Amino acid sequence: MSDSAIIKTENLSKKYGNVLAVDNLNLEIGEGEIFGFLGPNGAGKTTTILMLMGLTEPTSGSVLVCGYNPSREPVQVKKFVGYLPEKVGFYEDLTAKQNLEYTARLNGLLWKDIPEKIDEALRLVGLSSETNREVGKFSHGMKQRLGIADVLIKDPKVIVFDEPTSGIDPQGIDEVLTLISQMAKRKITAIISSHQLHHIQRVCSRVGIMSKGQLITEGPIEMLGRATMAEGKYRIDVQASPITDKLINTIQNLKGVVAVEKRGDRLVISSDEDLRSQISKIIVDNDSMLTEVKIEEFDLEKIYLKYFRES
Amino acid sequence: MTGLLAVFWKELTDHFLSKRFIILMVLVYLAGIYAIYQASQGIRTVVTPEVQFIFIPLYWVTDPDATIQMSFVNLLMILIPIIGIALGFDAINSERSSGNLSRILAQPVYRDSVINGKFMAGVITIAVLITSIIALVAGMGIRMIGVPPTAEEILRIFAFIFVSIIYGAFWMSLSVLFSVIFRRIATALLASIGLFILFFLIQVIAPFIATAFIPDIQNPSAEMLARADSIYNGIVHISPLVLYNDSYLALLAPELDTMIFSLSASSGITPGPLSLVQSLLNIWPQTISLIALTAICFAISYILFIREEIRST
Repeated sequence: MSDSAIIKTENLSKKYGNVLAVDNLNLEIGEGEIFGFLGPNGAGKTTTILMLMGLTEPTSGSVLVCGYNPSREPVQVKKFVGYLPEKVGFYEDLTAKQNLEYTARLNGLLWKDIPEKIDEALRLVGLSSETNREVGKFSHGMKQRLGIADVLIKDPKVIVFDEPTSGIDPQGIDEVLTLISQMAKRKITAIISSHQLHHIQRVCSRVGIMSKGQLITEGPIEMLGRATMAEGKYRIDVQASPITDKLINTIQNLKGVVAVEKRGDRLVISSDEDLRSQISKIIVDNDSMLTEVKIEEFDLEKIYLKYFRES
Repeated sequence: MTGLLAVFWKELTDHFLSKRFIILMVLVYLAGIYAIYQASQGIRTVVTPEVQFIFIPLYWVTDPDATIQMSFVNLLMILIPIIGIALGFDAINSERSSGNLSRILAQPVYRDSVINGKFMAGVITIAVLITSIIALVAGMGIRMIGVPPTAEEILRIFAFIFVSIIYGAFWMSLSVLFSVIFRRIATALLASIGLFILFFLIQVIAPFIATAFIPDIQNPSAEMLARADSIYNGIVHISPLVLYNDSYLALLAPELDTMIFSLSASSGITPGPLSLVQSLLNIWPQTISLIALTAICFAISYILFIREEIRST
C-alpha cells in the first residue's frame, strides 16, 4: 500500500434504526490503488460508498477523502471523486453529448473547454461514433461506458464504481473492466464494489471483504489466497495408493511444499509452485499407484467462501 | 452558483422543448380563444356609459345565454393548477427513478441547487405561459372592442398577472413536494390532483358546515348569521382557489368585489368601484397567504430533499 492514503475511515459506523449497516470500519486506500470492495448484497458496501461521497451522514466515526470530510465539505470531495452508481441513469431523450455537457456545466467547466473534454472522454470509452445519438437507444453496456465517460469529465483523482459489471453482457463486462484497469495508468485511484468475484480479481490489486457491516479481511489478493489455501499458492490434489508415511515425508521435504494433508486415499498438498511432475515421480518411485493429480490455483471464490463460512 | 445556473438552464430548456409544454401551450391558447368568445358575447351587457372600466371586464364577462356560466378567470382558476401540477409532479421522483439523481448529486454542486434550479425554471415557465395568455387576450380584446386599456387598467392587469403567477407557483411547489415524498410518479400526480379537487369542493361543503352552527335555521339571529359567515369565510379561505378568486375579482372587477358583497357586509354599503390602491390593500392578505403557502410547500420539500439519502436502487 502506498504511504499516502487518499481515503481513510476511522471507526466509521452507520445505523438504520436498530440495524448496524456499517460497523466500525477502518479502511485506508492509497493513491493509484485499485481497491476491490467485496461482499454479499446488504453487507454495507453501498452505504460505505455513500458515506465516502457525502450522500449520507455517518452515525459515528470519521471519513477523510483527499483530505476533506465528505459530510462537512461534500462539494470539495465531489470535485475530486467521481461516482458511478449501480443503476446509472441518463436523460434518455438527450444525446450522449448533451448529457455530458450537463455534467460538465455542473462541474463548472468553461463553455470553451467543454467540447474538447467531451470528445476526449467519449473517445476513451469508445463511444465517439455515438456522440449525437440519444441515450435512450443505448444498450446497458454502452450506458455503463457512458457512465465512465461522465465520471472522467471532471478529471477525478478517485473513482468509485458501484457494481460496475452487474447486468451487462460478457463483452460489455470485458470492456468495462479494461477501462477500469486503465485507470491505474492515469494515476486514478479506483474503488470497485462488487459481488462478482472474478471481475474484481481481474482488475484489483487489493481487496477488502465485507460482511454484515464489518470488514472481515483486507489485503492483496495473493495474500488472502495464501490464507485460504493453507498458505500456499497452489493446491495439488493427488489420488494414490498406498499412501505411506514415508511418501508423505518425502513430499513434505520437497522444496516449495508448504503443507501436506492426508484425506483418505488422497493427499492435499499446498505449495508455492506447480510441483505436479515432481510429486508424480516421487509417488511412482515409492512403488505406489498414481490414479489422479489435480492442481488448483487460488481464486477469490475460495477466499470469499472461506471468509463467509467464518463469519 | 454555477451549479444552480446549470440546473436552471437545463430545466428551462427541458420545459420549453418538452411535449408537455406544447400541450399546455395548446390548452392556454384554447382558453384564450374561449375568453374572447365569451367576451364578444357578453361585453355589451356590462359596458354601460356609467362604468369606469371598459377593458378589464374582458377577462370575466360571460355569454349571458350560455348554459354554463364560466368566465375566463374561472377557467384560469382551474387551468393554472393544471399547469403548475404538470410542471412539478415528477420533478424529483423521475430523476430518482431514472437513476439520474445519484449521478447529478455526485457532481460538485450543493444539493439545494438542484431543487432551487428546478423550482426557478418551473416558475419562469409558468410566468411565460400565464403572461402570454393574458397578453394574448388583451391583444385580441383591443382589436375586438377598439378601446385600449387605461393606465389604471394596465396596472390592474399587471397585478393580476403577478397574482396568477404566484397561484401557479403554489401548485407547482405543492406537486414538487409530492414528488419528493412519493417515489412513484403516478402517486405524486394523484395526490396533487386529489388535493386540487378537495380545495375545489371546500367551497361546496363550507356552507353546510357553517349553517350547521345555527341552532334555529328558520329564524336565525343576526349574531348567528355573522358567526356562520365568519366560519364559512374561515373554511373557504383555506382553499387557494378561493384566495385566487378573491384576488382576481378585486383586481379585475372592482365594481363587484366579493369582499363588499360578502354576507356580513349586506348592511347597506353602496357598491362602487374601489381605487387601485384600495383593491391592492384588499387582496394583500390573499396574496400573502398564497406566497406563504408556496413558501411552506417549498420549504418542506427542500428540507426533505436535503436530508434524504440518495441511493441509486
